[in-house]
Amino acid sequence: MSNINNQGVSVLRDIEPLLPGNVANIRDRIVSGIYRQAEDISVQVVRTENPHQIGLEARLDSILTSRWLGFPIMLLLLTLVLWITITGANYPSQLLASGLFRIEGQFLNLFVAWGAPDWLTGVLILGMYRSLAWVVSVMLPPMAIFFPLFTLLEDLGYLPRVAFNMDNLFRRAGAHGKQCLTMCMGFGCNAAGVTSCRIIDSPRERLIAILTNTFSICNGRFPTLIALATIFMGTLVARAYSSMLATLVVVGIIMAGILTTLLVSYFLSRTLLRGVSSFFVLELPPFRKPQLGQILIRSLLDRTLFVLWRAVVIAVPAGALTWILANSFVADTSIFALIAGWLDPMGQLMGMDGIILIAFLLGLPANEIVLPILIMGYLSAGTMLELDSLNALRTLLLDHGWTWITALCVMLFSLLHFPCGTTLYTIFQETRSVRWTLIAALLPLALGILVTLLVNQGAQLILR
Amino acid sequence: MIKTNSLPVHGQETTKNFVIALAGNPNVGKSTVFNRLTGLNQHTGNWPGKTVIKAEGAFSHRNRRYTLVDLPGTYSLHASSTDEQVARDFICFSRPDLTLIVCDATCLERNLNLVLQILEITDRVVLCVNLLDEAERKGIYVDTAMLSQQLGIPVVGTAARSGRGLTRLKDVLDDMVAGKIVTTPRQVVYDPELETSINELEERLTPYLPDWINSRWVALRILERDYSILDHITCTRLGSYPRQVVKEEVALCLT
Repeated sequence: MSNINNQGVSVLRDIEPLLPGNVANIRDRIVSGIYRQAEDISVQVVRTENPHQIGLEARLDSILTSRWLGFPIMLLLLTLVLWITITGANYPSQLLASGLFRIEGQFLNLFVAWGAPDWLTGVLILGMYRSLAWVVSVMLPPMAIFFPLFTLLEDLGYLPRVAFNMDNLFRRAGAHGKQCLTMCMGFGCNAAGVTSCRIIDSPRERLIAILTNTFSICNGRFPTLIALATIFMGTLVARAYSSMLATLVVVGIIMAGILTTLLVSYFLSRTLLRGVSSFFVLELPPFRKPQLGQILIRSLLDRTLFVLWRAVVIAVPAGALTWILANSFVADTSIFALIAGWLDPMGQLMGMDGIILIAFLLGLPANEIVLPILIMGYLSAGTMLELDSLNALRTLLLDHGWTWITALCVMLFSLLHFPCGTTLYTIFQETRSVRWTLIAALLPLALGILVTLLVNQGAQLILR
Repeated sequence: MIKTNSLPVHGQETTKNFVIALAGNPNVGKSTVFNRLTGLNQHTGNWPGKTVIKAEGAFSHRNRRYTLVDLPGTYSLHASSTDEQVARDFICFSRPDLTLIVCDATCLERNLNLVLQILEITDRVVLCVNLLDEAERKGIYVDTAMLSQQLGIPVVGTAARSGRGLTRLKDVLDDMVAGKIVTTPRQVVYDPELETSINELEERLTPYLPDWINSRWVALRILERDYSILDHITCTRLGSYPRQVVKEEVALCLT
């Protein structure tokens, strides 16, 4: 605040002792005056028939937000949504992949017929087109199913009920109850989630919400998780149960994210950001009949295509960069292999490998492209094979020594690593502080390294 | 900080762009009304507090151009949260040509609190009773003509999601801007003791306040010791504001 303002206030500070003693009393009287008037008017203009219908909504609310049923219903709904997504996305994914890679073959033939130089074919087809094809076939189907379902829940008015259920947990973690809403926004996009933290007024609690938002799995990471869960976890059990297990694994990762949010909030509110949590009033909005057409249009255009476009825009140059790195040689070793080799010991400790770590590093601009870069890395680093289905992807990953532990570690690291570039920039915009932005990047990264280390070493110990 | 005076205020130009502030409780379909009027597709969500930042959109009706500013949804204007402060400061200090309040027909009484508070600040208000369809489904009927008479401002019933009533709403907005409608906003009457303090304080303050501000409202805010509004008054006009005089006047009438 500027000096002029302070002067303005100080005038009134002086007369403060002269104002009627009890401020709360005056404010109460003002508020009650307004309420009385509102009631008077309302009685004259509103006519209500069959009031029992409102009772139905109250009963529904008492079930959805009940102490015992609230959480199970929440878990059940989340599982259901993801199960529908995973089961439904499988077939279209296969179809898209085989279609897009058939086109790749034709492009290749065309380039050969033209006599294009190898490097050009490499950058354009094996680099750019291939990563584009992967982004589309792996990400589009799950998104096209998941987003409408999520928007449906949002439209119905279920999300505030979730916030209501979780409020107590967040308060005990020393955070603001509204943080649950910002967390839910984060499931859409962390950058949007960070912006939505503005609804929290206390700066301390807002910072906690901002710093922990990345623990909500965002749209960019869901497809990676779903794909990995489907091809690795799904095959651990009989075919009939595979999509169920895959679903449960993804639900588990989301739950781990929520747990991390609470634990980190608790930790922050007792160390760096000490203080008591403030009260707030959360209104449970009425359940509304969702508008199906609107939901489809909004979720497909605003979310699915938006995320896909962002992924494509970043994946294409990243694909080219990856191909160039993998095909530029310094004394017989490609630069890609050089960096991978350098990162490899670290990766191995964490249950992953150097190429996976490169994928996460190059994926900084957008989480969506981690999996495509990973695939590119493996493909260009060694054997060329016809990648036309999720099965082929599984074979590729198995060939590079993946086990279910690797998949689990990658999923955990996807949950716990630095937020994407857009989110980091948004955090800087919101906090105006390089220090907090750095903490927002390093805190989850440190956690991720720690957790994958522990999980991997623990699993190795048990399995041996 | 949020800038409150970034938009054009009252001006004399004939080809001006009229600014309409869109206020209302959270989750009453404010964003839907916004989208319907402007043709923009700001995302709407069924949860309170969704609109965190002011969104702006434009539309034309009967050859007049309007800028619609979507304010955060609030239950009151007590400036106890950022949302409330943003909404209040915009309505009061940015002085939009009109304030359009959207309220929920299914729980009108609660919504009226905000309406009455806004009427204390400005008389250039149009009320839109939204979600009529939902209210009818629940067997709730709102007499908009009666409501208009009670509040002394134009009231339009809408069901924004299906587009019902929106043309009439635009017509009414236009009539207001054209000066065809004169409002006589209902004033909240407080208990006699409070009224005496308000009147005294208001009388003393009026000569020193800019003419566009409602002095009764300023008196009320000072009585509840919300001094933040004075910052704005000093900021906007009073480089040479006789603070000492105000101080004395205020002190006099409170002893």
